[in-house]
Amino acid sequence: MNTFVCIKRVPDTSEAEVKVDASGKDVDSSKFSFDINDADNYAVEEAILIKEKVGGTVKVVCMGPKDSDVMIRMALAKGGDSAIRIDDPRINVIDPLQVAKVLAATIKGQEFDLVLTGCMASDDGNMAVGVALAEELGIPHAAMVKKVELGEGKVKVHRELEGGLSEVVEMNLPAVLTIQTGINEPRYAPIKGIRMAQKKELKVLTLDDLGLSENDVNEAASLVELKNLYIPEVVSHAEIIEGEPEQKAEILAEKLVKGGLL
Amino acid sequence: MGNVFVIAEHRQGLLRDISLEMLTVASQVTQQNGGDVVAVLLGSGVDSLADKLAGYSDKVLYVDDPLFADFNAEKYQRVLVELIKQNNPELVMIGHTTQGVDIAPALAVEMKIPFVTDVIQIEFADGKLQPVRQYYQGKVNANFAFKGESPYLITLREATLEVPEPSKKGAIEKIDSPLKEDIEYRRFIEYVEAEVGDVDITQSEILVAVGRGIREEKNMPMIEELAKAINADICGSRAATDAGWLDHDRQVGTSGKTVKPKLYIAIGISGAFQHLAGMKGSKTIVAINKDPDAPIFSVADFAIIDDLFKVVPKLTEKLKELKG
Ligand SMILES: Cc1cc2nc3c(=O)[nH]c(=O)nc-3n(C[C@H](O)[C@H](O)[C@H](O)COP(=O)(O)OP(=O)(O)OC[C@H]3O[C@@H](n4cnc5c(N)ncnc54)[C@H](O)[C@@H]3O)c2cc1C
Ligand SMILES: Nc1ncnc2c1ncn2[C@@H]1O[C@H](COP(=O)(O)O)[C@@H](O)[C@H]1O
Repeated sequence: MNTFVCIKRVPDTSEAEVKVDASGKDVDSSKFSFDINDADNYAVEEAILIKEKVGGTVKVVCMGPKDSDVMIRMALAKGGDSAIRIDDPRINVIDPLQVAKVLAATIKGQEFDLVLTGCMASDDGNMAVGVALAEELGIPHAAMVKKVELGEGKVKVHRELEGGLSEVVEMNLPAVLTIQTGINEPRYAPIKGIRMAQKKELKVLTLDDLGLSENDVNEAASLVELKNLYIPEVVSHAEIIEGEPEQKAEILAEKLVKGGLL
Repeated sequence: MGNVFVIAEHRQGLLRDISLEMLTVASQVTQQNGGDVVAVLLGSGVDSLADKLAGYSDKVLYVDDPLFADFNAEKYQRVLVELIKQNNPELVMIGHTTQGVDIAPALAVEMKIPFVTDVIQIEFADGKLQPVRQYYQGKVNANFAFKGESPYLITLREATLEVPEPSKKGAIEKIDSPLKEDIEYRRFIEYVEAEVGDVDITQSEILVAVGRGIREEKNMPMIEELAKAINADICGSRAATDAGWLDHDRQVGTSGKTVKPKLYIAIGISGAFQHLAGMKGSKTIVAINKDPDAPIFSVADFAIIDDLFKVVPKLTEKLKELKG
C-alpha cells in the first residue's frame, strides 16, 4: 500500500491574541507558535499504521515555507519514507481549491493507493482541500474518516456523522480519505527515528517543477477574493467576575449557591 | 437576483435542522434582492420531507428514487451538476456538515464555480453577494467576494439561527433522477450507532466540562473533585475525549451530544462552534478560561478570565464549605 499524506503547518491561536495586519488581509503571525495541524498528525499516524500492517511506503506532502521542515522531519522520524515540500510564493493559499490543485499536481503520475489528508486545517477551517484533491485526481473520496479497513483493491471506512453516529462506506482504490481527529493515538517520534529522518529525502519543488503555470493557482486565477479581515465583536452578556483568582472563585461559588443554581 | 438552491439534508427519514436553517437564510437573501428559494431534495420515499420543505421555500424540486435511499456523495454530485446546469441558480447552499463537506468541494472543482466554505452570514455590498466566514477558530472574520459568473457555491455553518414557523407554500415538483444507474466505486454499507456509556450526559442537571486547557490527564482529579462537590457529571470538548481523558460518550458538540443542563461549567474550553452547538442551550453557563477572546464567553452567563489551575481548586473548596 503506497500512501501519500498531506500535512500543513498551522499556528496555535487557541490562547494567542490575533491581530489583523496593516494589509487588512492577513494577521500578524510573528508571535504565534506553529506545529503540524491536529488532524494531519492523526493522518500521519494512520498512514504509518497501514504501512506497518501491510507494507508499502508513506510519502509526506506539504505546501509551505521552509519552517515546515521541522514538522516534516518529525513525520519522517515516525516512519515516513520521503517528503515533498512545495514552496512557491505565487500560490494563493487562501483558496482551498487552488491548494488542492497544487497538491494534485504533486501527486499525479506517481504510484499510490491512498491519499490521506486531515479533515480540517485548524487555521482556515475550510474542510475542503481533501475532497477537492480527490476530484482533481479523478478518484473516489470519503470525508471525516475515523476507521480504515483495507481490502483487496478496496477500502472500507467509517465516516463520522453528527451526534456520535457513523456510516460505513466502501470505495475502490486509489482513494482520498480525510482523517478525523481521535482515529488513533499518534505516537511520539523515537530518538533513533529522529536521527534517521535527517537522511531521508526531502525534495523542495516550485510550480515550474510541477508543470503548473502561475495563472492556474495565483490570486488572480482564484474565483473568490478575500476582501478584508476584521476582529468580530464578541457579543457577550456574561457577568465578568473580577478580583484575584482565589477571590473570583469565592465570588462565583457564592453566586452559584446563593443564586439557587446548585 | 437569481434563484437560491438549497440542498436539503436528511438522514434516517428525518430532515436535519440545517435544511431549514439554510432555507431561512435563503429567504432573507431573496426577500432583500429578489429571486426564489428552491429546496432540492434527493431521497427515496421522501414525500413528507418535501411537504415540510415547502413551508420554507418557493419551490421544492425533488428526486424520489431508490438510488437515493442512502447518502452517497458521488451520486449527489452527479445529480447536482445536472440540476444546477439545467436551472442555473445564482447561489447554491449546502450545509457545512459531515454530509455537505463530503460533496461541496468536489462539486465546486467539477463545475469550476466560485466556492466559499463555512459561511456564517451573507451580506450585500454594491449589489453583490458577500459571504462572511471565519479564521482561527472564530477569532477573525473575513469578507469574501465571488468573482466571475454565477452560480456561486457556499457551505453554510449550522446552528447559527432560530428557525421561524413555516410561512411559505412552495410548489412541489417531482422530477426523474438524472442519474439512471448505481455507481460502483463508492457504496454505502450501513450505519453504526454510537456506543452507550455508563452515564447519559443529556440527562444530567449539572455538568462540569473540561477541555484541552487542563493540559494533562493527571489534572483530571482536580475536575473530579469539583464535580463530586456539586454532584455534577463530567463531560468535555472533543480535544478532551480525543486525548482519552474521557470516554467518547462524554463529548459535547456536533459530533457528540447536545446537552441542556441547568448548569454547565466549562473549564479550559475555547468554545469552537462545534462545541457551542452542543451546549449553548444550557440554562446557566459558567466559563473559566484565561483567554479573554475565547469564543466560549459569547455564550457564558458568568465569566472568569483567569488561570484555571488557580481558580478551580479554590472554587471546589468554597463550594464544599457553602454546601457543607
Ligand atoms: C467535524 C468536526 C466536528 C467536531 N465536533 C466537535 C464536538 O462535537 N465537540 C467539540 O468540543 N469539538 C468538536 N470539534 C473540535 C473543535 O473544532 C475544537 O477543536 C475543539 O472543540 C477544541 O477543544 P478545546 O476547547 O478543549 O481546546 P482548545 O481549542 O485548544 O482550547 C483550550 C482552551 O483552554 C484555555 N486554557 C489553556 N490553559 C488554560 C489555563 N491554565 N487556564 C484557563 N484556561 C486555559 C485556552 O485559552 C483555550 O481557550 C469538531 C471538529 C470538527 C472538524
Ligand atoms: N498547505 C498544505 N499542505 C499540505 N496539505 C494541506 C495544505 N493545506 C491543506 N492541506 C490538507 O488539507 C486538509 C484540509 O485543509 P482545509 O481544507 O484547509 O481545512 C489539511 O488537514 C491537510 O491535510
